[in-house]
Amino acid sequence: MRLRAAGLVAVLAIPLLAAGCGSDDSPTTDSPSAKAGATGQLTIWADDKRAAALKPFADKFGTENGVTVKIQAISKDQQTTFVTASQQGSGPDVMVGAHDWIGNLVQNGAIDPVQLSADQKSGIAANALTAVTFNGQTYGVPYATENLALIRNTDLAPEVPKTIEDLVAAGQKLKTEKKASEILCLQVGQTGDAYHLYPLYASAGGYLFGTGANGDYDAKDLGVGNAASQAAFKKIATLGEKGSGALKRSITSDNSIATFTGKKCAYLVSGPWAVADVKKAGIKYDITAIPPFAGGKQATPFLGVQTFYVAAKGKNKALAQEFVTNYVTTPDLAVALYQAEPRPPALTAAFDQVKGNDPDLAKWQEAGKNAIPLPAIPEMAAIWDPFGKAEAAIIGGADPAKTIEAAGKTISGSIK
Amino acid sequence: MATMLGGPATRALPAPGKDEPPTGLRSRLVKIVLLGVVVAIAVWAAFPLVANRAWAGLAIEAAATAALLWIYLSGRRIPAKYLAPGTLLLIVFQIFPVFYTAATAFTNYGDGHRGSKDEAVVAIQSASVTQVPGSIQYALSVATTGDPATGPLVFLITDPATGQVSVGDAEGLTKLSDVTVSSSGKVTAAKGYTVLTAGQAGLRSKEVTALAVPVEGGAIRSAGLSRAYEGKAGRAYDKGCDCVEDTTTGKTWTADEKQGAFVAADGDRLAQGWKVGVGFGNFTRVLTDRSVSEPFLATLIWNFAFAIGSTGGTFVLGMLVAVALHAKQVRGRNVYRLVLVLPYAMPAFAMLLVWRDMFNTDFGLINNLFGTHVDWLGQAGTARLAVLLVQLWLGYPYMFLVTTGALQAIPAELSEASRIDGAGAWQSFRRIVLPLLMVALTPLLISSFAFNFNNFNAIYLTTDGGPFPADNPMNGATDLLITYTYRLAFGGSGAQYGYAAAISIFIFLIVGTVSAIAFRRTRQQEEVYA
Repeated sequence: MRLRAAGLVAVLAIPLLAAGCGSDDSPTTDSPSAKAGATGQLTIWADDKRAAALKPFADKFGTENGVTVKIQAISKDQQTTFVTASQQGSGPDVMVGAHDWIGNLVQNGAIDPVQLSADQKSGIAANALTAVTFNGQTYGVPYATENLALIRNTDLAPEVPKTIEDLVAAGQKLKTEKKASEILCLQVGQTGDAYHLYPLYASAGGYLFGTGANGDYDAKDLGVGNAASQAAFKKIATLGEKGSGALKRSITSDNSIATFTGKKCAYLVSGPWAVADVKKAGIKYDITAIPPFAGGKQATPFLGVQTFYVAAKGKNKALAQEFVTNYVTTPDLAVALYQAEPRPPALTAAFDQVKGNDPDLAKWQEAGKNAIPLPAIPEMAAIWDPFGKAEAAIIGGADPAKTIEAAGKTISGSIK
Repeated sequence: MATMLGGPATRALPAPGKDEPPTGLRSRLVKIVLLGVVVAIAVWAAFPLVANRAWAGLAIEAAATAALLWIYLSGRRIPAKYLAPGTLLLIVFQIFPVFYTAATAFTNYGDGHRGSKDEAVVAIQSASVTQVPGSIQYALSVATTGDPATGPLVFLITDPATGQVSVGDAEGLTKLSDVTVSSSGKVTAAKGYTVLTAGQAGLRSKEVTALAVPVEGGAIRSAGLSRAYEGKAGRAYDKGCDCVEDTTTGKTWTADEKQGAFVAADGDRLAQGWKVGVGFGNFTRVLTDRSVSEPFLATLIWNFAFAIGSTGGTFVLGMLVAVALHAKQVRGRNVYRLVLVLPYAMPAFAMLLVWRDMFNTDFGLINNLFGTHVDWLGQAGTARLAVLLVQLWLGYPYMFLVTTGALQAIPAELSEASRIDGAGAWQSFRRIVLPLLMVALTPLLISSFAFNFNNFNAIYLTTDGGPFPADNPMNGATDLLITYTYRLAFGGSGAQYGYAAAISIFIFLIVGTVSAIAFRRTRQQEEVYA
């Protein structure tokens, strides 16, 4: 009898699963009974850190407006989870995430544009606003920005390098003096890292996508594989393992910050997320712009913008619009999110409020003043992998022109 | 393991009794409660099915519940009582996913093609609503002439420049007096209207977002619950021509049901598409795509080498250790056994990442330990060796455990008898122990092979398929079919689930064929030794 009872327990799950299967292949038309309960409910999804920081503000918004606000922490694969859940009708009303998701979210019809007033727009850093603009529409409210910069151990390297060549010379000197074992900590790894290499690539004259007349990226104008990119990678190859050895595949996303905090290199190319570790290691540091190649263009890093989105398939879009456009645009929330993780706030009012306590903020902003928004077009997804692998191969000593040309072919093949 | 040594069970099972043995009160109570829970869950799950009008799902659910009650309420049907739970789980977790994957393989389901055409049209239109240039933004209150929950909605909007309040509904805008306005310009009370609180308005979110008050040159829409703007839809769908037209430029994109997208005459395609059936399109793409066919053979050979190497290597090492520790002369056998299974106790996920770092050229433990400077993961040969070494370390404890179990089930008399007959230690192992071991372990080796054939994590977390030839970033030296095709389906422009499903069916065919052949050979082996 006991065995049969256990069998019964096992089958309890079946009707449940049948319910799940059934709803998959039928359109989710909302019946009146399925609507929100007694009061309006707003569901917000964010990553773990920000979910915690958002909590008090969400509660405040809830009590002020007489609605229930639910915050859910999504710890992994936020974008895919959001798109899939939205499609099934179980997604949130508000999503917090990076701005370069926009292209994919729009093609999947997962987010709605937001309409900001002129006043609200003028309160947001101009480049952050550009980043969330896609096809002429504003697709979210930015609250923080991030960009790469050069973090320098001022004990080892007191001088700000003016060019990459200066940096390499200073680094090599430290290496021969046995004060450091590496010239530069810039993460590459066996499969490359397009995000971290981009400033050098741009400085050497390369680009990923050209821009159209309206300033949007144009997927038809692919810069990877053309003559400019081949020339750029020839320059980058001189820094590679067969060249000066400033760029190495053995420096990866896992060890680049640790190598810097272990005082094995004097220069680190990284973002605001690295500072906590650097401070903990008690290293005296300075943050400056990434130096360009001598006689080259500016070494422009990518600008990443953390954004609040209004979900297109949310159950409570009016409330979501209200929260995102009229509440996120207030400085208090941006300051609290800054305290959860120190990235420069995108709201100028919030930035001014916190910059007094944190001298680094102004330096990050200065280093990123020429930063260009990370392309948000869906085609960008095709770039990362082939570009990174070409980078790793070239740094390992492969022929620059041929390698990047092959990468360009792969990319244009998958964009079509 | 021990039970498998005898080969197929030959002992007759006691025949099930014709009559149910007398059941006690307690077991009867348990039965009633559990069946009650089954019915309760079925009822609970029926509500969302009804709400979503998923009648097929509801019918399946009702049938499944009825079948369960029919089986368990009867005093007979003993075999069904044992089989029902397993069969249902098999259907839900095995057969349904297989059919779902197969069905997906015939569609273009993926990023940009996830929903229905209607959803795509809604997305295109709502994404095209822009603020009319030069227009102003109004302070907004949502109000109704009737009950807050059901009455018709209106917008009470305040012009920030003049302070003029107007009421707007689907008909248009009318000026309004006799209102109370807060300092922010929001209307807090108006004669003849009930102003909704945010909570009340939030409940009617869909109506609020849908309400557009027509004015000259556009329509006034809500931006949240406290602001309104004058917007204009830049693109409109026309049912007549089944196309989307840009209201300013006049450009049209016509629906293409084969691609599941709106395409213009010049080839320009709107990003928001929908899911359509593509027939065998995904399958022919796998077979004709040069980026699949060119490296396919090399990848397949390495894939077999990896699966055989991983399985064989771990089996040989695990068996040797197990045999060594099986000898009674070894002291502290249990301590050794405990230490040896440690790698098995650690999460493979984390260990793979640790090993990847240990193979680092400049900072890795392996090069530091041996004073070498080998670019382990940067060269094809060493990278392959490295992943096999990692597999060996991760996998041998499992083989050690199962071999130990099987060894203990082999009667010691058999070896002793062979010794008396004059066989040496090696001969006795080779002729007596090993064949008996193989009978027990071959099914496990086959399943281990099938697992390693598709061991995504082992490659993805260590080398990510690399190193890659400089001229081909799509296919690396350690790529398995599964990691390679994952990159093809998800690495380019977003996720292509339909294509991925087609590929996985091909991989299933390969693994299925290999396993079928292997199992057939095992059966012959069993016939020889059993």
